[in-house]
Amino acid sequence: MLINKASAPFLAGYRLFIVAFFIFLAAPLLAAGTFAFNDSLFPALPWRGFTLDWFFNDTEPKLGMFHDRRLLRGLYYSFVIASIVALLSVFVGTCNAFLFVRCSFPWKNFFYIVMVVPLVIPGVILGISILALASNLANSVENSIGWDLGFLRPGILLVVLGQFSFITTITSLVIAARLKKFDQTMEEAAYNLGAGRARVLATITLPYLRPALIGAGIVAFLVSFENFNTTLFLVGSEAPLTITMYDRMVKVGSTPVLNAVSFFLMVGSALLALISVLVQRDPKSG
Amino acid sequence: MNKDIRRLTLILLFTPFALWIVLLIVIPHIGMFILSMREKVAPRVFEYGFGNYIEFANEPIYWNTLLRTGSMSLLVTAIALIIGFPVAYYIAKIAGNRTKGALFLICLIPLWVSDLIRAFGWILLLRETGVVSSSLQWLGLVDGPIEFLYNDVTVIMGLVYTVILFMIVPLVSTLDGMDNAMIEAGYNLGGNGFTVLRRIIVPYAMPGIVAGCIVVFMLTAGSYLTPILLGGKNSSWFTEQIYNQFITRYNWESGAAFGFLLLAFTSLVVWLGLKLSGQTLSSTVARS
Amino acid sequence: MASNTGGDSVQHDLECSGVSKRFGSVQAVDDVSLEIPRGSFFSILGPSGCGKTTLMRMIAGFEEPDAGDIRIKGASVLGTLPNRRNVKMVFQHLALFPMMNVFENIAYGLRCAGVAKADIAPKVRAVLERVALPDVAEREIHQLSGGQKQRIAIARCMVLDPDVLLLDEPLGALDLKLREAMKIELKLLQHQFDTTFVYITHDQSEALVMSDNVAVMNDGRFEQVGAPQTLYHEPASAFVAGFVGDTNRWSGTVTKAGRGQVRAETASGLAMVCDARGGATPSAGDAVEIFVRPEFINVETGAGKSGRASATTNRLAGTVDSLLFNGANSRVLVRTEAGGLIEADVVLTGGTGDLRPGDDVRLTWSAKQTMCFAG
Repeated sequence: MLINKASAPFLAGYRLFIVAFFIFLAAPLLAAGTFAFNDSLFPALPWRGFTLDWFFNDTEPKLGMFHDRRLLRGLYYSFVIASIVALLSVFVGTCNAFLFVRCSFPWKNFFYIVMVVPLVIPGVILGISILALASNLANSVENSIGWDLGFLRPGILLVVLGQFSFITTITSLVIAARLKKFDQTMEEAAYNLGAGRARVLATITLPYLRPALIGAGIVAFLVSFENFNTTLFLVGSEAPLTITMYDRMVKVGSTPVLNAVSFFLMVGSALLALISVLVQRDPKSG
Repeated sequence: MNKDIRRLTLILLFTPFALWIVLLIVIPHIGMFILSMREKVAPRVFEYGFGNYIEFANEPIYWNTLLRTGSMSLLVTAIALIIGFPVAYYIAKIAGNRTKGALFLICLIPLWVSDLIRAFGWILLLRETGVVSSSLQWLGLVDGPIEFLYNDVTVIMGLVYTVILFMIVPLVSTLDGMDNAMIEAGYNLGGNGFTVLRRIIVPYAMPGIVAGCIVVFMLTAGSYLTPILLGGKNSSWFTEQIYNQFITRYNWESGAAFGFLLLAFTSLVVWLGLKLSGQTLSSTVARS
Repeated sequence: MASNTGGDSVQHDLECSGVSKRFGSVQAVDDVSLEIPRGSFFSILGPSGCGKTTLMRMIAGFEEPDAGDIRIKGASVLGTLPNRRNVKMVFQHLALFPMMNVFENIAYGLRCAGVAKADIAPKVRAVLERVALPDVAEREIHQLSGGQKQRIAIARCMVLDPDVLLLDEPLGALDLKLREAMKIELKLLQHQFDTTFVYITHDQSEALVMSDNVAVMNDGRFEQVGAPQTLYHEPASAFVAGFVGDTNRWSGTVTKAGRGQVRAETASGLAMVCDARGGATPSAGDAVEIFVRPEFINVETGAGKSGRASATTNRLAGTVDSLLFNGANSRVLVRTEAGGLIEADVVLTGGTGDLRPGDDVRLTWSAKQTMCFAG
């Protein structure tokens, strides 16, 4: 359409480049997924036949992921952490969206930049700064009063806080983008028809924001689930899945059970991403 | 409507924001800075000064690593832009309506897959016993197994792979907002493909380009998994140094100093990038 | 402000007295007073930025006036929250709730008012019948046509039985044909509901066609309030004369003043006898604005001299510059000897007798129809 001056060979070359790019995108994901079904002790060629053992088998050496205690525990912790982070960050993100879209206050532009900044701070640094602060706090409390504040030691709380610290920026931006498109006369119309503030919020504004809230929640959930850099420094004994997998990869070496987990996660993420696309699609903007 | 209600609303909305930023961003970073200024001279005895930074400056390995991380990150950013721009342009302007959505979705799906899994996939493809090596042997192109992992080219490729989506997404949304008539007018007024690209498309897409570059650069410089897993123990990535100081050597003071240096260094590069392109943080990153 | 407790104020659905509102350095509404009798169709007509929307928002309660009082059915509503006022509003872009269907949109206000569940459905059905859309209750908003949305927005307000219905340029978003149809329909709906409608618009034809009374607003003030015919034929100011209806307009100077009539010469040198309007008769040497509506100018073919204007009739000679064919509303543009263009209504039958560009013509119009205002 828009390369009307381009010659046919150029266009063909361009298409080829695009196809090559998407193959490049898909290759490692395919590799990670496919070997989950290879009936072999190693995730490598040659192909020894199709099996579901790496998901469901309950004996060593081919212990399937659904019988692997540590992996299941990691999955569970990841799920718990991601759920808490998603709820918290959607809540604070909604507040931020209202703050920056609806309110006017001095230094607003400055604060807006401050809100965006956590997204561009390397995750490793977020991790160590929160770790250092929490540990210092815990140490000084212990030294002065003698209380051992265990929750300030690496563990679920710190992981949640660390992930929350930058995921909130993402949810704020997603929700604020939708709130900006909201036609405020809709709220005035509701007031005019006799609704009070709380009712307007519950029946008009929040339903309008709902797709963005769900979408932001899913994004937050997934980003939390797959986060590694920040989590690495804050993790205690309750290791989430990515950390468990990494340990396994480095210490035990890769086995097809990791491929099985990868496949499982990819399918899960794809499903959630699909849901978020579906809810965010307007039925027909009218 | 009512002044008191307005003020109350403002306070109620500002509180979570302030708590989040102050408790989780500002204070930890100040704390990290203070920590980085502290030196252990004896058990439980500390001195404050630039010791950790001086140590960094005196040890070529450290600052070489930082420079290496920075320059490789810039290279990755440039490659991601060069590959990502045509892809984004194809998705935004050339693909038909239905393919467009599908391609964009395909672009997003790897975004939702953990770094770890992506790196794992590359390992399975590229290691000595991996798919590429076996295939080449099977085809008879090479005699013995080849190790593709643990070299800089692989690390750069892996990093480009990890971050390129963050380049494509803002570019697609910027280019999508561009009126096709503008490009057509460019041709109509006698421009050739190159001048239209340089004079019309690139200036229009500048906020998206800058946004993509900032995010990609920060993500690359701050990445940990990809260089470690694809580059091996000797990948010399700066985040690895931070990890070593913190976790392996339990030297938090110099770890904090390293963290602060990484932050300062990347912020400096981003600031320079914004200055050179005449954009601001809120006009770019916040839009994507 | 002392509230009028007398019986005479009760017959007015809506009264404003001395209402003012300032935003920063802009005086949006400046000492506006109005009284709207029960059951009438009242329009506020003005160019964009004249303050009409601010006035309406104060009536609805979204803004508080700096000074003055607003009374609905005789009772002051200052300090009453917008959701407690029985004034309903149809918004410019209607603001129908897209996440609810038609039924829920209409039921919204009833639910807010705490109407019993069993009573809601019959009320909604009744109001839908009255706007002649009995079958759309289960439709989604985006499935409605522009005209249907319009009527649903009105039904959503009318189901609450408001004292006053405010309409903020609701026809602005419609295409021309539908807009013409909706004008008539709105007027009929107003008759049927027998409720006071206050209609805001910048489109003078909407205001003239539908209203019992029109207030022309400019720069935060009411220039004139009156029936459409009065505004058209007896404008009180140069602004009203220029804003309401099409007109030829010149700036000129009075050469000779008389009793109620003055002789004036325009900047381009046209001399004419004018009827002094706006209350005051200007004296010789004063600057004036002169208005003549195209339908009052008579066009005759044939060459002639620009005659001296008689006491009652103005005459001008010119050549046809171009024809603006628009069916029954066709116009001709005549170039005068002095060089300016004058618009006049003509009948173009399509026959051989029609005017053609280049024809010499004589223009005559009565001095009574030549309105002049002190500039």
